[in-house]
Amino acid sequence: MSASTTTLHPAALARRPTGRRNYARQYWLFAMPAAVVVVAVILFPWLFTFVMSVNDWKVSGNVYFVGLGNYEHLFHDPRFLWAVVRTLYFTTAAVVAPMLLGIWAAVCFAENFKLRGAARTIFILPMMATPVAIALVWTMMFHPQLGVLNYLLSLVGLPPSSWVYSSATVIPTLVMVETWQWTPLVMLIVLGGITSLPIDPYEAAVIDGANGWQMFRYITLPLVWPFIVVAAAMRIIDALKAFDTIFVITNGGPGTSSETINMLLYQTAFGYYDLGYASAMVVVFFALILLLSGVLLRMRKWEHGV
Amino acid sequence: MTVAPQAVRGDQATKPAATRAAAQLRAVNPYRLRRQLNRVGLYASILFLVSPAILFFFWMLSLSLKNELDNTAYPPVFLPHPPTLANFIDVFAKNDFLTYTINSVIVSFTATGLALLLGVPAGYGIAKSKATKAAVLILVARVTPGLSYLIPLFLMFQWLGMLGSLAPLIITHLVITVPIVVWIMIGYFEGLPIELEEAALVDGCNIWQAFRYVAVPLARPGIVVGMILSFIFSWNNFIFGVVLAGRDTRTLPVAVYNVLTFEQISWGPLAAAALVVTAPVLLLTLLMQKEIVAGLTAGGVKGG
Repeated sequence: MSASTTTLHPAALARRPTGRRNYARQYWLFAMPAAVVVVAVILFPWLFTFVMSVNDWKVSGNVYFVGLGNYEHLFHDPRFLWAVVRTLYFTTAAVVAPMLLGIWAAVCFAENFKLRGAARTIFILPMMATPVAIALVWTMMFHPQLGVLNYLLSLVGLPPSSWVYSSATVIPTLVMVETWQWTPLVMLIVLGGITSLPIDPYEAAVIDGANGWQMFRYITLPLVWPFIVVAAAMRIIDALKAFDTIFVITNGGPGTSSETINMLLYQTAFGYYDLGYASAMVVVFFALILLLSGVLLRMRKWEHGV
Repeated sequence: MTVAPQAVRGDQATKPAATRAAAQLRAVNPYRLRRQLNRVGLYASILFLVSPAILFFFWMLSLSLKNELDNTAYPPVFLPHPPTLANFIDVFAKNDFLTYTINSVIVSFTATGLALLLGVPAGYGIAKSKATKAAVLILVARVTPGLSYLIPLFLMFQWLGMLGSLAPLIITHLVITVPIVVWIMIGYFEGLPIELEEAALVDGCNIWQAFRYVAVPLARPGIVVGMILSFIFSWNNFIFGVVLAGRDTRTLPVAVYNVLTFEQISWGPLAAAALVVTAPVLLLTLLMQKEIVAGLTAGGVKGG
């Protein structure tokens, strides 16, 4: 693919129209307007966040420089530390479950069957639907007395669950919603990988007498692995950033038992208007996301080499 | 990044060869054979995987079409009899949903339009000059949590006195839409054959004309994908609205959240409101599923 773009081989250069080299500089002009916007709405907020994070910055009061005080406070704040623990708990579960289901779904959707298109469209609806709207409907389904979920449990002879109304079950329940919502994205990315596979290794495996599981385990899985890694990195980022559904369904409750970093961040910034402290939290949160999704960035680079 | 163009075109371009090969193999390939024997297993798996979505949306529709008595009945009533539109009428009568709908339309359309104006040339420029560092910046935007933009931007809009208008919402929605469009367009332009543009340049076009009259028409499918996805993720966005919107500038997701806080128990109108908010997106997904699948497969894009 890179051969089709503007690679300048010395031999090819001679054949190219004169002044070819200048184009590279001109192409930058195309990106300029977007670059200005990106600087204004993405880069500027970042720099400003750093500045705020070293100040005691309340929305109404004065601003005092406190150096690393906010950060020091952060690492001694049990509420923040617990939020980190909950976020990691939620993220682990909300990555593993959609990955397993998503890979399974991708293998299924790679086959040809009747109504494949329709089934795939229905399958991806949860990730396209407005998160707030689906969160509202889930909330109604979780109702302890009148909710349809407890009724369905009673139909198969299981005891009712307290879903989001008890601190023991709230995070697993939110993971269930997240899994329902985002398994399709994993499926799509992995399916993209499976459909691009060459057919030769399967031919060879057939001749060697491999069975279906062996072919999945030793051909499909290794070949699709780069796609699986990308999907996993996406899941890690999105699970860490999960906001809409948690905010609408529990708002961090009951008590603080589903208060993830994002929930605490919202409370601190727009509930208590403690912007300096919230900014320090953003910086730490972002570092955590970068750390955990570092796989993704390395992955992308590695792909370019292939 | 090199994944993108393949995936976008994979559906159409590779199909004939792949199906031919698959047909030849079907007779001998036990992988296929096993699948055929386990056809039942496949259909059971598909049913298991798809049923949560079917049940959920069925229940959403059911709640919105039932009267209050049926909605709070136990055991639950599944099929509304007779179905009533009272909940939908209620939503528009009791709340200012028309204003919120107009707000949502203005914000999402403007943010998407601006993103196309900015993002399509940017994607072209980045793809042609092979500026991978710029692409990484786009990736950072994808990684950053929405709240971290909001704190500084909220202060800025407050200082500028813009908080009562729709402008702050449109500006912050660019954070979602511009990276989506740029990301998809980079992949698409990288996959286009360069010969046509070179021919145009040899024939005396300048670089802008080559972009405007050769590259853009060729990239139209990619532009459509970018447009649909950035519209959907802008429409769905909640976090920017909940912080920046005032009483009269609420977008639909924020409005529907407020219905929840004020009418906790009346499920019918709540489900109807939820359906009204998400219906345009669901319809768009049903109508344009091929483009949406192509775009999502390419970049794993998601806003906010």
